[in-house]
Amino acid sequence: MFNVEDIRKDFPILSRKVNGKPLVYFDNAATSQTPQQVIDVIVDYYSNYNANIHRGVHSLSQEATDKYEQARHTIQKHFNAKFAHEIIFTSGTTHSINLVANGFSSILKKDDEIIVSALEHHSNIVPWQMLCERTRAVLKVIPMNQEGELSMNDYDQLLSKKTKLVFVNHVSNALGTINPIEYIIEKAHQVGAAVLIDGAQSCPHIKPDVQDLDVDFYVASAHKMCGPTGVGMLYGKESWLKKLPPYQGGGEMIAEVTFEKTTYADLPHKFEAGTPNICGGIAFGAAINYMNAIGFDNISSYEHELLEYATKKLLEIEGLKIYGISKHKTSVISFNLEGIHPYDVGTILDKMGIAVRTGHHCAQPIMNYFKIPGTVRASFSFYNTLEEIDALANAVKKAKLMLS
Amino acid sequence: MSITDIQDEIIEEFSMFDDWEERYQYMIDLGKDLPLIDDQYKTDSNIIKGCQSKVWVHAELKDDKVCFTADSDAIITKGIIAILIRVFSNQKPRDIIEADTDFIEKIGLKEHLSPTRANGLVSMIKQLKMYAIAYQTQLK
Repeated sequence: MFNVEDIRKDFPILSRKVNGKPLVYFDNAATSQTPQQVIDVIVDYYSNYNANIHRGVHSLSQEATDKYEQARHTIQKHFNAKFAHEIIFTSGTTHSINLVANGFSSILKKDDEIIVSALEHHSNIVPWQMLCERTRAVLKVIPMNQEGELSMNDYDQLLSKKTKLVFVNHVSNALGTINPIEYIIEKAHQVGAAVLIDGAQSCPHIKPDVQDLDVDFYVASAHKMCGPTGVGMLYGKESWLKKLPPYQGGGEMIAEVTFEKTTYADLPHKFEAGTPNICGGIAFGAAINYMNAIGFDNISSYEHELLEYATKKLLEIEGLKIYGISKHKTSVISFNLEGIHPYDVGTILDKMGIAVRTGHHCAQPIMNYFKIPGTVRASFSFYNTLEEIDALANAVKKAKLMLS
Repeated sequence: MSITDIQDEIIEEFSMFDDWEERYQYMIDLGKDLPLIDDQYKTDSNIIKGCQSKVWVHAELKDDKVCFTADSDAIITKGIIAILIRVFSNQKPRDIIEADTDFIEKIGLKEHLSPTRANGLVSMIKQLKMYAIAYQTQLK
């Protein structure tokens, strides 16, 4: 049984106060909070078996290696990857994307085309721009409409034999739109292009099946799904990961080194140079176990309830406009009050203990499209409550009163 | 009035407020009353780089004093600008350069000094002082 009051007890931070008011944490799309179960794993690691992995013959090192590799299996199972070595530990989504972009710099040729979407986070635009500069490939953009949805008609037009790569986020961080990635992947494969899906914003809400999707690369960050910061993953089909060159040189990623030649280690170690974030990787596994114990069906149906309630409550406020009104959305509401800067609203909300994100959400092209400097973004998680949404609505009303 | 006197005056005004609401309402009102900057100075080169709200600052030397005008697209930021202008505008370059800014903490706006605030308060003060340094060199 899904009981939000019980779940909240798992998150120590939710009982603290901010500016003298009980914390209402609605910045989940930036980072999620960490349950005690995951905190315990982190403490246990440093208290009991902190050691470097994959090298030591001593017991601690073996224990740490086992736990780290167990976490890789947990992630593999969660995303339904065919092999554990298709899961590469990274420092997060941005690192994962850069790893793939770097790999493609030796594959792409002049006039090849890369397609990205108008809904992308900067971290999913800049690496491709840099890649295009290096390879003289061409960047194409799938436009979006007023609802904040990508135009699949335009996408169809953009695809051609020249298309080598398609990069789209599963869910838009700024608007919450769930993109039709099944269609995007299928169409890209028809012209022989590879597809990378950025799952940073989807994985906290949706459990993707990479084999079912037939996606070539899928990336995610632990800290958005109840895990720690500084760790994430790259899923890549085995055939692709074998094809891509290593990203960084260093320990862990080699098979044999002489000054004449180095041969690289097998997957996944080929992409894991240096001592990784061992504790983070293990805690990432624990976070996935925690979320699965609650159940993604429970999570998404409860979050949908929060989204519908919040949408209704906020739209009751005169002069409030919501950006991104697709029927397919995760629990994110991006909004503005007419004539009021989002920064001002965010400042007043903070004074009332409510944490939201304001600004362009690292997605300036979207803000340019709507001709606004930014939005206030409230993003809900399964540990939020309807009462907190009432508090948000009241605080927004107060901000409007103070700022008009 | 000297910079220190003006700062003391502001500290006294803010000490009358009981809570954050009154303090912020006062700042918002100051922001609304801020004299408009001449549109010709709202150029990209006058923008102080901050992440969230835009801030324009223009400075000119009148007699031996620096006069500042400024604007922002966010009203709370405008309120902060109004306070800064009251403190630093119409002062001699040397006094601006040497002035400390502890008063910001004393009027309960310490949170705006944090780098994450990104409303540019820190960069605004820095920019005002940079202008003062530039004019000081000119006066020599």
